[in-house]
Parts: sequence; C-alpha cells; structure tokens
Amino acid sequence: MTAFELGSELPTLRVTPDGEVMARYAGASGDFNPIHLDEEFAKSVGLPGRVLHGLYTMALLARAQTEPAGGPETLKRLAVTFRGVALPEHEITITSMVSEQHEGRLVLTATATQQGKAIIRNATVEIEPRSVPA
Amino acid sequence: MSAGTGPIGRALPPQHYTVEREKIREYALAVGETNPLHLEPDAAHAAGYDDLVAPPMFAAVYAGPAFAEAMFDPEIGIDFAMLVHGAQEFDWGPLVIAGDQITTEILLAAINERAGLKFYVFNSSSRNQRDEEVCRGIWTVIVRPRE
Repeated sequence: MTAFELGSELPTLRVTPDGEVMARYAGASGDFNPIHLDEEFAKSVGLPGRVLHGLYTMALLARAQTEPAGGPETLKRLAVTFRGVALPEHEITITSMVSEQHEGRLVLTATATQQGKAIIRNATVEIEPRSVPA
Repeated sequence: MSAGTGPIGRALPPQHYTVEREKIREYALAVGETNPLHLEPDAAHAAGYDDLVAPPMFAAVYAGPAFAEAMFDPEIGIDFAMLVHGAQEFDWGPLVIAGDQITTEILLAAINERAGLKFYVFNSSSRNQRDEEVCRGIWTVIVRPRE
C-alpha cells in the first residue's frame, strides 16, 4: 500500500519502450507524424532518429499515478513540459513526490528521466487517491 | 469574428468522436495499461460501469481530430514537419466510457516567439453526450525554423 503523505514518493515506474511502440501508439492515437515512424525523415529534420510521441511518455507518467492511487478516476489534472525528445530502446523512469495536500486532493511533482536526462521535469499532478491516510 | 482578425481566438469547427470499446483496449495496450477496467468488460461491469473505461490520457485520442484540425488549418499555417510537442495540460471531469460521444472544440489561444522558435498554444474543451465537460486541454506545440 502506497503512503500518500507530504514528501512521500510513489513507486518508481520503469518502462523500456521497444522499437515498435511508436507504430502501436500511432495506430491507437491517430498521430502518424513521420518523426515517430520514419528514421530517415526524423534525421532529415534534425532529430537523432525516430522519437517517442510526447503524449505516450505523458501516458506513462499518468500510469505512474493511477496505478498506486487506485484507478483512472483518481487522476484529476496533469501538466507537463517536454524538455527533450525520448527515444525507444532506452529505459524511462518516472518518479513522483507528494508536494501538497488539500483534504482528499494531493498535488505531486513528477519527473520522467531517460539516459540521465529529464525528458519531463516538474510535471504537476493532482490526484484523489482511493484512501488518503488521516 | 470578422475576417482579418487572424486565427487567434477563432473557434474551429467542433469535432465529434464516438468512443469504441476496441479503441480503448488498443490504446490501453499501446501505453501498457494493465488495469482491467480498460481491458475487460466484465471487470468494468463489476465496478459499476456500463462498458470499458478509457484511461485519462485517452483524451489524446478523442480530442485528436480537433487537434489535427488545428494543426492543418491553413490560416494558422503550422509547418507540421518541424513541429514538436512542447507542453500539455489536461484537467479531467467525469470518466469517459465506451459508447460515449465526445465533442471537442479547440481554438488557438496564443502564438509566442522565443529564440527563433514559434510556440502555438491551443485550448480545447471536450464534452460528452450529457454535456458534461470530460476534459479541458492546453496544447503547446513548438515549430522549429527550417535551416
């Protein structure tokens, strides 16, 4: 059971996206921008290669909240800034810490890191966990 | 709004999206969701929902057609090939369930320029068939200059 107290950390979520995740996410979301699917195209516009969809990485960040908090209805708000592109085949780690508490609603600060760099830093999360300790 | 005021603040045509069970499942699998509410109708029923529950970030899917409308609006004129996603905010209301009909309105709120980059900020509002606001979004895309 996760403790939701000021300063406490949620369990770290670690995901290593495989090379097909962008194709699956493109199909699921309808975002077929070739920077996610076409290695040559991505390089031609100055990227290191095919990059993950930002909203895919944000979905991982959402999972890191809803899994410990108790389900999809617990997530009320998410605000992220994408600091750098994320790549397939490298582990992404999501860490989240409780920074404020207002009755049943908690504010957390979350970070997504890959290869030692923050790809999402200081994301703001608001959740209403199933059970908040008194 | 009269012609000549530019694209900022101009409402784009609302876009409609019908949420389908298999689309929720496809999306959930693509992002690694394991909660059975997104995958197994029996589990959703047992928890009191009429059908599969969409993960919150499924907002990217039902609001996607409205966002695409904005991306390809000729007056806004985004250079799509040079676009990267800069920032995103979502505020959620009631959960979205398979079978829901979602209508999303989006408008361009601002264009900012910094260090040769153009930042386009869009505001979206998605409502279900009961006119409940299920999600508000603020979408910031960055267009890099061509070399």
